[in-house]
Amino acid sequence: MNLLDGLWGVLDLLLVAVLLLLAMAAVLSSDRRRSMMLFIVFGLVLALVWARLHAPDIALAEAAIGAGLGGALLMATLRRDTHQQTDRFPQHPALVWGAGVLVMVLGTAIAWGLLSILPTVEQTWRKGAAVDAQLAFSGVSHPVTAVLLNFRAWDTLLELAVLLAAILGIRALGYVRSTYVTEAAFSQLAVWLVPLLILMAGYILWAGAHSPGGAFQAGALLAGAGILLRLAGYSYAGLPTARWLVRLGLVAGTGVFLLVGLGLLGWGQGFLHYPVAYAKWWILLIEMLATVSIGMTLTLAFMGGIPQKEAA
Amino acid sequence: MILDALSVLLLLLGLFFFVSGLLGLWRFPNTFARLHALTKADNLGLGLVMTGLLFQVPDVLWAIKFVLVWLLALVASAVNAHLIAVFLHRQQERHDESA
Repeated sequence: MNLLDGLWGVLDLLLVAVLLLLAMAAVLSSDRRRSMMLFIVFGLVLALVWARLHAPDIALAEAAIGAGLGGALLMATLRRDTHQQTDRFPQHPALVWGAGVLVMVLGTAIAWGLLSILPTVEQTWRKGAAVDAQLAFSGVSHPVTAVLLNFRAWDTLLELAVLLAAILGIRALGYVRSTYVTEAAFSQLAVWLVPLLILMAGYILWAGAHSPGGAFQAGALLAGAGILLRLAGYSYAGLPTARWLVRLGLVAGTGVFLLVGLGLLGWGQGFLHYPVAYAKWWILLIEMLATVSIGMTLTLAFMGGIPQKEAA
Repeated sequence: MILDALSVLLLLLGLFFFVSGLLGLWRFPNTFARLHALTKADNLGLGLVMTGLLFQVPDVLWAIKFVLVWLLALVASAVNAHLIAVFLHRQQERHDESA
């Protein structure tokens, strides 16, 4: 047993060392493409670190959104960045190194500060026990989902609003010019993978009630399907071609979340205070629509907006 | 006990393929050869690791998930390798034309 613990200790140290090295390499690399690749690998290693910290929800989200979709967005950006002839950062190396050292010192200081106050506030700070005590009234049996969709639903509503604001900003930039070369390999892959991704999104969404998963991870899977379709040559990436349907899908998550909250307020329950007996159904409704919105938002972000209608 | 021994054996075999793939990635002279080493070794290594883990699953659902993970990794690595190879091939052709 002791040997095994020691082994895990060594592995954990190795993981952290690799994470730090990848972060440094990604920031210090002078080649954008390489930086981006390193950032994606950094996201995957970070997901492993979260898994080692027994936080599978965050590990899933990090792998799907941080590494997967983040990487796809970065790649799409790099493709569109056509006037940048030299793939080089203009910064002086001394400036980059100086900024790096400064950030590291600052980060260490913050971490040290947090660690030093942690023992004194342990009793009031850690809410794990409180969440467990109230879990039976939340409508779900997975504590993370209970916090995200019930106890701190307000935070999640604002997160969805941030996504909505982001996609409004992207769409305000104007129409997208598609520059993708369709690969035959992608069309073949899409035939097999897209149905599977949609099935998995549904599973992850449903599983969120009792185990790691939920709207953000499921939405990321849907967005993965959308990106795959876009790369396979579907210019609408599987999104509805009717504009009003796209708009409806984009606002559905935030809108229904808000309406449910306001409705409950009008009912005399308090903003987003679900009645215990129906909590499960309200949460399921909100999560389902949030999944659709997140999937559409991230797909549109990758596409850079809705494509222009082809001339009839 | 026999199942555990089988698991260990398959995991070690899988590890061997991962290490050889790593060596290939490190030592092979060009990208095509490196891709070849990486995908071959990765697929086989992951397959062996997954098979080794199959002897440890509590029920069939877990087994299905493991096999699904392996199949998805197979598809992803094959497509990725293909895309990288095609990109490189085109780049080389363009280079040859201009030379």
